[in-house]
Amino acid sequence: MPSPSSGPSCARVLARAKPEPRWRPGLAVQPFHSEIFAPAGEASGAGLALALARDALKAAGESDDLRQVLWVQDRAAIRLGGRPCLGGLPPDLRHRLIHVAAATPEDALFALEEGVRCRDLACVIGEIAGNPRALSFTASRRLSLAAERHGVRLWLVRLDAEPGLSSARMRWRVRAAPSPPPRWNAAAPGRAAWHVELFRARAHAPGEWILCDDKAGLVLAPAHAPAITTPDPVGVARPTVGRSLAARIHA
Amino acid sequence: MWLARLSVDRWRRASTPEADSAPTALILETAHGPRITAANDAGHVAGARAGMLLADARALCPGLVAVPADPAGDLAALEKLALWAQRWAPWSALDPPDGLIVDITGAAHLLGGEEALLADVVRAFAARGLTARAALAPTAGAAWALAHYGPGGAILAPGDDPLRLLADLPVAALRLDDDVLTVLRRLGIKRLGELAGVSGAGEEDAGCEVAARDALRRRFRGRSSPAANPLLRLDQLLGKVPEPLLPVIARPMPLVQRRLAEPLRHRAPLDQVVEDLAAAMVRALEARGEGARRLELALWRVDGEVLMRRVALAAATREAAHITRLFARRLDDVEAGFGIETVQLRASWSEPLPLGQADLDAAAEEHGTALAACIDRLTVRLGPRAVTRPVPHASHLPERAQAWQPPLEPPPSRQGTLAFHARPLKLLDRPEPIAVLYASPDGLPQRFRWRGTVREVVRAEGPERIAPEWWRERSTARLRDYYRIEDACGARYWIYRLGLAGDGRGGVPGWFLQGLCA
Repeated sequence: MPSPSSGPSCARVLARAKPEPRWRPGLAVQPFHSEIFAPAGEASGAGLALALARDALKAAGESDDLRQVLWVQDRAAIRLGGRPCLGGLPPDLRHRLIHVAAATPEDALFALEEGVRCRDLACVIGEIAGNPRALSFTASRRLSLAAERHGVRLWLVRLDAEPGLSSARMRWRVRAAPSPPPRWNAAAPGRAAWHVELFRARAHAPGEWILCDDKAGLVLAPAHAPAITTPDPVGVARPTVGRSLAARIHA
Repeated sequence: MWLARLSVDRWRRASTPEADSAPTALILETAHGPRITAANDAGHVAGARAGMLLADARALCPGLVAVPADPAGDLAALEKLALWAQRWAPWSALDPPDGLIVDITGAAHLLGGEEALLADVVRAFAARGLTARAALAPTAGAAWALAHYGPGGAILAPGDDPLRLLADLPVAALRLDDDVLTVLRRLGIKRLGELAGVSGAGEEDAGCEVAARDALRRRFRGRSSPAANPLLRLDQLLGKVPEPLLPVIARPMPLVQRRLAEPLRHRAPLDQVVEDLAAAMVRALEARGEGARRLELALWRVDGEVLMRRVALAAATREAAHITRLFARRLDDVEAGFGIETVQLRASWSEPLPLGQADLDAAAEEHGTALAACIDRLTVRLGPRAVTRPVPHASHLPERAQAWQPPLEPPPSRQGTLAFHARPLKLLDRPEPIAVLYASPDGLPQRFRWRGTVREVVRAEGPERIAPEWWRERSTARLRDYYRIEDACGARYWIYRLGLAGDGRGGVPGWFLQGLCA
């Protein structure tokens, strides 16, 4: 009987299957270790990490699982960006979030590594501020290997950090983008939107997008914002396509 | 046996003789102020009685010292005493708040008869500094009545007629509730004999006894609880109705230890000893079908010092490798000194855990660790308060609306939350003040400065007004008007104005930034 550890693990096989040249939301093949560089004065990094995590879980068909999500922050990240707020989390994550407040970046890295080794976690999200000495190339390589070995995805948010050496499979740079105006109150902030730049990836070409956290999940923002018009009342002016006999005859 | 003054005796043993010479009362906070639960001898002389308000007793004796009572500690002490009382017979029960019942059936001859046994009981309690009154009777009810109201060291032999001998005791000896005692006092019934319809003097009248029983049955017809029904209590005292008692059974905590031939001075042999102890502990837990929730490792040094290391576990566990790994991290700062001669491991808190397939090392390597093991490792390194789970809490104030609890505890029950309030993704630990430029003091800021950067408010939604919790805060707490805003770069924030201009609760309203939206 062949030993199960003789061949490459299933995680590696999955990560290598048919790369797509251009990244888009909803890809079935997602890397296990990504880094997101974000400014510390906004929650765009954590927001994008959550959106990507949910996108990956949905693409993997695990959107209805009940496994826990580990969110690790070091002290500087908590001071700069605050702690997660229950009311602002996506509803499917509210009851399954475990928060780790680490004092130092070393402790945060330890917690991240223990997290990606745990089979009962859906994914791990980390937030580390700045460029601490502990987060070297070796440390990131450890995280990559552990995540790929155990198949737990890790999104590491780097607040106010310079992109140095790292073995993360995908590296993003994100900042907040003006949100699409909501339908009913154009003067109010809308759903979250980010200007993201993928500047290093193994399987995809680099690129820039404006991503929007829609109700359905992560979507690419339309190329140009639609002209703000008077909102149409629901149900009065529905399109008649498919219902009109005349339209059917013309077709 | 009745420990008439358990709480005072416990306090006296914990304090000095000088403190005991001053009038002292043990008090408990009640809705009407501190109330005395017990007083020492000097306090009794000064006029303090149980049940008095402390203010009344202070009026009688201004120098009365008040010490908080400890009912939970008293009960724990009583449980320990019940186990200790099994030295006289193998079966003992609690009679809270201050009594013990020991079934000495067939055991009295081992101590030289019933009188010798009672004398031994009184002597043993006196040696421990506890005032005790003991009595011996065929039923628990009769023993209780004699211990509380009878002569000291009374013995009721099985052949005696209890009703005749106990007829002179007050009705309170029946262990009745206060309101039932009040009813009986209003009826003019003071003694057991009057209640049962016997005079106790000699010539009895069977008809009178039957009539008394009949009257009692009719008056206390609807009462099924023994403490509310004198007839039931009387029958229990006479042994006509069984009275089940709950025995106390000792459950020793799982404990393993190693006495070492040579004192240990180095880390490597200590690790080996801890590994052996963990394996032995796992066997001890397995035999009981339990898993450990809290483990304590005690290291006795040659010079008499004892070093303690505690590890709390997120879920009951019985894995030697996991226990060893958790302790290994906690042994880094052990000062061995001249050496460690005894190592003891005990599970001070264990929970039932069914037997299951062992998590083999190879399996852990292949499939990763379980969630409980992961939480344990994080907790041991980062501290128990670092690993938490946010849970909703009943409050409107955003910083109070979520509480943090240990991750594997069951979540508290909650109501559904209203979905129309948008909340930010992250909340700052404390709101940061921002300098604002506004058109009108009650309006929205047009520009604000936060962390040294000036930001233009482009879009805003609000206000959402959150009033202060007046039942919890001072009357000068100000309301908050929350706005969701977006600046020119697209960053979204949650800011609030503390108070209104001219609300009489401070000067110009301040602005704070509390949350960062995704």
